[in-house]
Amino acid sequence: MALPKDELVERIYKMVEAAQGKKQLKAKDIEKAVLKEYPDQPRNDIKFAIKELIDSGRCVYTYFGGSYIELPHEEGAAKKF
Amino acid sequence: MHKTPMLDHLESGPWPSFVKDLKRMAAQKSEVNDLLGQLERSYREKITHWKHGGIVGVLGYGSGIIGRYSDLPEEFPGLEHFHTMRINHPSAWFYSTQALRELCDIWDKHGSGVLNLHGSTGDIIFLGCRTEALEPCFADLTAKGWDIGGSGSAMRSPSCCVGPARCEWACYDTLEACYQVTQEFQFDLHRPSYPYKFKYKFSGCPNDCVAAVARADLSVIGVWKDDIRIDQSAVEAYAAGEIKPRGGGAHVDKLDIQADVVDLCPTHCMSWDGRKLTIDNKNCNHCMHCINLMPQALRPGTETGATILLGSHAPILEGAQMSWVIVPFMEMEPPFDEVKDLGYRITEWWAEHGKNRERVGELIMRLGMRAFLEAVELPPVPQSVIFPRSNPFFFWKQSDFDAEAKGRKYYTKEGFDVD
Ligand code: HEM
Ligand code: HEM
Ligand code: SF4
Ligand code: SF4
Repeated sequence: MALPKDELVERIYKMVEAAQGKKQLKAKDIEKAVLKEYPDQPRNDIKFAIKELIDSGRCVYTYFGGSYIELPHEEGAAKKF
Repeated sequence: MHKTPMLDHLESGPWPSFVKDLKRMAAQKSEVNDLLGQLERSYREKITHWKHGGIVGVLGYGSGIIGRYSDLPEEFPGLEHFHTMRINHPSAWFYSTQALRELCDIWDKHGSGVLNLHGSTGDIIFLGCRTEALEPCFADLTAKGWDIGGSGSAMRSPSCCVGPARCEWACYDTLEACYQVTQEFQFDLHRPSYPYKFKYKFSGCPNDCVAAVARADLSVIGVWKDDIRIDQSAVEAYAAGEIKPRGGGAHVDKLDIQADVVDLCPTHCMSWDGRKLTIDNKNCNHCMHCINLMPQALRPGTETGATILLGSHAPILEGAQMSWVIVPFMEMEPPFDEVKDLGYRITEWWAEHGKNRERVGELIMRLGMRAFLEAVELPPVPQSVIFPRSNPFFFWKQSDFDAEAKGRKYYTKEGFDVD
């Protein structure tokens, strides 16, 4: 059973939250994980659910040698030392 | 002003110096003074004082802003934040002076004023923005119709040669193709969802002025499939020295058709009897050599389109690679659906199988051209063969045996799977 769109957004948010600080997730990792749980979920839903999380500022894209999706956090390099 | 004895030395050479430019800007922008100061210090210490950021950006986008910080913010406060912004360039970098003024005004207002036209991605590069200035700068840019370009694991801003706007050799409209593909891939350009970067570059002919063959994952290079057009009287005029080579700018006064043109044809498909030039077009590999030497006598044919090549990149995981022919000839007419659609099929396969930071060319090296061609449903073509097979271990698949049993003699134009 595919998830309704708002539930999908929350499911992905939980996924990102659970991974925070442990593993950096790429958009494709999220898509693969959702499809594993909900094989009939349209890929486009997943794409736009991620977009919604980013557009609302609940998640951000980060770049550490590759692009990831994470919860917003302080920029390490911005800290003074 | 910081003291910069080593940088000052660069001003003494014969070429225009960025040091002179930056000093002039430093009179108005203290961060540019700090930029010179920190660079001088790096020259002295032989280490960089830049740190990478990974988070800064504008809301909604994951691309186009590259975080930079100085590790000496006390000493060089203007460099505490010094982020790079990539601004998507217009096709073939055509601007009105008004557009350039707009860009400069916006950048003077929000950033350091230092810019680079253009980066190797093609984008306009704004160097030196503070985090809190990113959103207002972005807002002013979009209000004037500009947008940020690609960076990170995303579709990068496509770029193209000047093409039919100024060049008679263009075999298709590179500017329109570049524009259409840029519009098509907006989602993937701003929202990184690939294993790594992906670049489209469009050259109008095999001279490949944007070096698509070496710098683009997907290289679209104009080509013709009929015969090179020959004006025999102009060939004779070249031979007689009436038409000067390179418009008179060459080191010789007149072309030696045999030595300079015919003998240097890489496939030896031309001949010259002193009066008439003949080309065996079946064996021409479209290198452009003869056309470049005698532009008034020779021109590309009229049945034009593009060759599609895939996979070039600089050394990241593996060594550098050049692009590899995957479609020898494709019609290139607006709205360019075929090349867009191929792009989607390629990025889908690559996103599914690629490792983090693995470019599509590297994935093909790892999984094989065969796996790639099957996945994106392209027929294998002789033009893809780089060198004769030297490996005796070929792994046949059941579909090969089935196809042979059904009477396949060889690879067909339509495909390699008969069923
Ligand atoms: C001595 C000073 C510098 C020199 C000689 C220099 C030289 C270059 C060159 C040759 C390129 C390649 C350009 C191209 O292929 O089109 C480049 C690209 C670039 N530079 Fe610099 N650079 C300098 C300072 C800086 C500084 C201070 C920054 C940022 C703080 C910077 C950021 C960049 C970026 C982001 C690119 C890539 C642009 C792109 O292709 O997207 N550079 N630089
Ligand atoms: C040990 C030092 C560094 C290493 C090994 C390194 C390595 C790399 C590599 C491998 C890339 C990808 C190249 C490509 O194919 O485009 C890259 C991109 C880049 N680097 Fe560095 N870099 C270093 C330091 C710096 C510094 C000091 C700056 C700026 C002050 C800088 C700015 C950039 C930028 C703006 C990009 C483009 C990012 C993108 O395209 O998304 N790098 N770097
Ligand atoms: S690549 Fe060919 S068509 Fe494009 S500008 Fe260069 S010579 Fe002209
Ligand atoms: S384009 Fe190159 S290969 Fe073709 S005839 Fe001219 S020199 Fe020979």
